[in-house]
Parts: sequence; structure tokens; C-alpha cells
Amino acid sequence: MNFILDYYNYWIVVFLMMAGFYIVISANNLVKKIVGLNVFQTSVFMLYISMGKVSGGTAPIVVEGVTEYSNPLPHVLILTAIVVGVATTAVGLALVVRIKRAYGTVEENEFDNKDDAI
Amino acid sequence: MLEQHLPALPIILPLIAAPIALLLGRSILSWGFATLVSGLAFIFSWQLLAAALSDGVLSYAVGGWAPPWGIELRVDVANAFVLLAVTAISTLVLVYSKDSIEKEVKAANHSLFYTAHLLCLAGLSGILITGDAFNLFVFLEVSSLATYALVSLASDRRCLTAAFRYLVMGTIGATFILIGVGMLYMKTGTLNMMDLAVRIDAYDSSRTINTGLAFIMVGVSIKLALFPLHMWLPPAYTHAPSAVSAFLSSTATKVAVYVMIRFIFTVFGIEHVFVDMGMGLILMVLAVVAIFKCSYMATVQSNVKTVLAYSSVAQIGYMILGLSLVSVAGLMAGMIHIFNHALMKGALFMAVGAVFYRVGSVDIKAFAGLGRKMPLTMAAFAIAGLSIIGVPLTVGFVSKWYLVTAALEQDNWIVAALVLLGSLFAVVYIGRVLEAAYFQKLPESQGSKNIKEVSWLMLAPMWVLVIANIYFGIDTSLTTEAANSAAEWLFQADSMSVSKALEGQMSDTVVQEVSS
Repeated sequence: MNFILDYYNYWIVVFLMMAGFYIVISANNLVKKIVGLNVFQTSVFMLYISMGKVSGGTAPIVVEGVTEYSNPLPHVLILTAIVVGVATTAVGLALVVRIKRAYGTVEENEFDNKDDAI
Repeated sequence: MLEQHLPALPIILPLIAAPIALLLGRSILSWGFATLVSGLAFIFSWQLLAAALSDGVLSYAVGGWAPPWGIELRVDVANAFVLLAVTAISTLVLVYSKDSIEKEVKAANHSLFYTAHLLCLAGLSGILITGDAFNLFVFLEVSSLATYALVSLASDRRCLTAAFRYLVMGTIGATFILIGVGMLYMKTGTLNMMDLAVRIDAYDSSRTINTGLAFIMVGVSIKLALFPLHMWLPPAYTHAPSAVSAFLSSTATKVAVYVMIRFIFTVFGIEHVFVDMGMGLILMVLAVVAIFKCSYMATVQSNVKTVLAYSSVAQIGYMILGLSLVSVAGLMAGMIHIFNHALMKGALFMAVGAVFYRVGSVDIKAFAGLGRKMPLTMAAFAIAGLSIIGVPLTVGFVSKWYLVTAALEQDNWIVAALVLLGSLFAVVYIGRVLEAAYFQKLPESQGSKNIKEVSWLMLAPMWVLVIANIYFGIDTSLTTEAANSAAEWLFQADSMSVSKALEGQMSDTVVQEVSS
């Protein structure tokens, strides 16, 4: 029992990761796929932030009277990964907009049929 | 001054040039500028390879922060060799792309195309040169994002869905790599690859490290389109503009193969990956299945670009097969095939792009009778096709020769026979196109009278690659020397774990190879 409680943040990460992955695979709507991709990536951000935590340490910002900080490196790394994630989402949504214009739909099964008809 | 910063230049130059290419705005200006920048990157990577061959490893501390704390750029023979192929193909494709892109991409998007191409080049060079695991992920995403944009630029609307699927698969792959790198950092507290290699040794049987290894291998396998994870590749290459297919097929997946080599040989160590985790057998089986399944798929397609795309997945199988043999000879065969496949697939996709430029279709029916109408293009296709099959005097023969030799060295007759059998499929799928081009009559329609040879601007880069196909097929000294020293270097970097393997189950051949 303690094992589950002690690592609750990692359980959340695993749950989000699997949920996001499932949405990406199963969703028919392209926007939902992007949402799933975002959930999936966010779980990784949480994984990194969890591992940077030093017990008893505060956020890695210089404050008077504090000597113990969490490891700032995972925070910095994940800042980069968040930017990458935002860029991916932007490109994905831009593609969805163009798909909507070209096919008139963002449902995967519908535009598959339209291409087969040609 | 410039000499000192040489390792950083192939990344920095295209990265800075990309927004300038966008600002230039006019198609012809951006094209000239992008080609110039790519040509310069090629010259720098040539110097880097020369420096790496003579001095060994070049290390460059970005911003003056010494590794392992700062980001390190590390150039050795292995990555300088791949970098040379990437920048050379990029320059040739850019020369070729002027006419090809005018036909296939809307005029308003031309400078966007060159910008995305330069960004992709910067990302690929970054992946190759960096010595930092997290940096590798960032550059992987830089090049991937540019790639999604490049694929979606074609005029056919199906390119959009292909690009979207590629984006979903690519992002999942990159995120897997990110998770894997996170697990390594969690256990070791470092991101520098050399530092990681030393510290991972101490945690050999840690479950976190092994999970990280699994995540990284699956993520990289998606990126390099290893057999069951290749589903994004055929649509993306089929519907992308021809110049993009030529560029991506000969660079992007090759760089991902390099990433796999780097993680296996430098970071995790061969003993851990191949003996403890038993990955050699997994990779070998997947590679053999890739060769047969995808070669077969290539024989039944009607769109020639799809044929070449499936053939690419099969060729990636050959590279992975080489490294799964776990010997210097096998790794060397894989490295040579990275270089050689770039030469042949680049030429093939360029020839198909030239056919699309004149005929307006890449269906196998559209090739009927082109042997007389476009003799130079079809001759280029034929020679590069013979190279894919592995006919002597072409580079395809060289890589298959080394691959078969490496397999026989370990008395692995089955693999050697399978490699040769796989070539028979290539005879079929290349043969179908050549049969249409040379032995069928030109259809008697209105438009077909006007079909003629494409301009020299498209022919020249195609023929440079074709001549390189023949040249490196006859004079193999440069490729084999570079690939051999790269393979030996990668094994030596790992000699610590190899010497431990002496008592272990590692086959004797490996150890002999290293000590010789």
C-alpha cells in the first residue's frame, strides 16, 4: 500500500501517459488526436518535474533564508520540451485547418472514403 | 577563428540562413541562397571528416561551458561520415528542386519550402554532431517539424493527411525518446553521452536504465521506420513533393539509424544491449522481416513513388541487419549502406520526380515508352535501380558484399542467403518500371508527343548521384576506409565492456575483431 502512496506522482504520470496514448490511437477526430498527443506529452513533463524534486527543497528560485532547492536542470529541460510540444501542436493544428479546407471534414474515416473514391 | 568553431558551423549556418531565406521572399533568390548555404555546409563537413580522420575526436564546448555540464558537440569519424552524405544530398537536392518545386508547389510557398529545407538540414546536422542526449531530442524535433511542413507542401491534398499521420507517429517516437532520456537522467544525473556511457556501466542491471533503453529503442525505431513501425513512411514519401522525397529518403531515416547506432554503441554499450537484453536477435528478426515484407509490398504497388518508399523500408532492414550482427564487419556494412543508400535512393527519387515534371504522373503506366522520350532520365533510373538490386560495379553491390561477408564471418549462412534472396525482389520491382519504360509503346495520346528530356538543372544532380553510384562502386577506398574506421572506433569506444564480455557469452568474433 505504501508503495502505491509513496509514488503517487508516478502513478499519475503512467495514467496520463496511457490515457493520452489511447486517445491518439482510438480517436477518429483529428483535433482529438492532437489533444491526446498533448496529454501524452504533458505526462512526460510531469515525469521530469517529479524526478527533479529534492525532498525538503523549494522551487529552484533564489529566496532569502533557503538553502535547499529542487534540481533545476529537469525544470529547464522540460521548459524546452514544452516549447517543442507547443510547436508540434501548432503544426498539427495548422495541418488540421488545411485538411478541413481540402476535404471538408476532420473525421479520419470520412476523408479516407473520399480519397478512395478518386 | 573559423577553424576553431568548425564543429558548430554545419548547425549554425543553416539555422541562421533559414529565416533569411524566408525574408528574401522571391523564389529564385531563396533558391540560390539556400543552395549556397547548403554547399558551404557540405564544404565544412568535408573538412570535419578530414579533421576527424586525422585527429580523432573533435570536442566543442558550446558557449564555453565545459562538458559534462555544458552542451558538447562531438565530431568523430562515424558522425562526420554521415554528415558528409547528408550535406552532399541536401546540396544536390536543392539544385534539383528549382524546376521540380516550381511544378509541384504553389508559387507563394516557394521561399517557405527553402526555409523548411534549411531548418531540416540544421536539425539533421545537429542530431549528428551533438554529444548531449537531450540536445539530440531537441534537434530531432527541429528536423521533424520542418519535415512535416515539407511533406504538406505538395499540391495533392493527400499529402496533408500523410503529413498529419507522420506528425502523430513522429511525435510519439520523439516523446518516447524523451521518456527514455529522462529515465537515464533519473538514474545517472547526466545527459552527456560520454558521461552517460561511463555511469551506465555502474548500473548494469538497473530496471530504470533498461526501461529507458526500451523506450529509446522503440522511439528511434519509429523515427527510422523499422519494420512494424514504418506505417507512416510510404504515404509520406508518396505524397510529398519529389524533391522532398529524394531528400528525406536519403537523409532523415539514415540519421535516425545513426542515432540508434550511437545509443547502442556509445551510450549503452554493446554487451548490455546485445548480451544482457538480447536485442541483437530482435533487431535481426525485424530487419529480415522488413527486407522481405516490404520488398514484397514494393512489387505489388502501382505508384512508383510508393514502390521506392517500400523499398526504402526494406533497405533500412539491411542497415539494421548489419548492426545486429554485432561485429566490426557488420557495423561497417551498415555504415556503408547508410552512405550508399543515400546515393541510390536520391537518384531514383530524382528520376521519378523528373518523370512527374514532364508526364504529370508517377503511376507505373505513365512510364510506358519513356526510354526513348527521356533517355537520360530513364538511364539514370536504370543505373540507380541496378544499384538497389546490387549489381557489381555499383555501390549496392559493395554494401551487400560486406553484409554477406559479415554474416559468413559468423557462419550465419541463413542471414547471408536471406540477404541475397531479398535482392531478387528488387529485381522484380525495379524490373517492372524498366520493362514499362523500355519495352512498352508510348501511349498515343495528345500530350505524350510533347514529352521531352528535363532541363540540365534537374539532370545534373541526378547524374552526379548516378556517377557517384558507379564511382564508389569501383573505387571503394573512401567509403570503406571511413566506414571501417568509424566501426572500429565505435567498437573501441566500447572496448571496456567488450573486455568484460570476454568471460561472458559474447561471441569470440567480436573480441578478435577489436583486438586485431
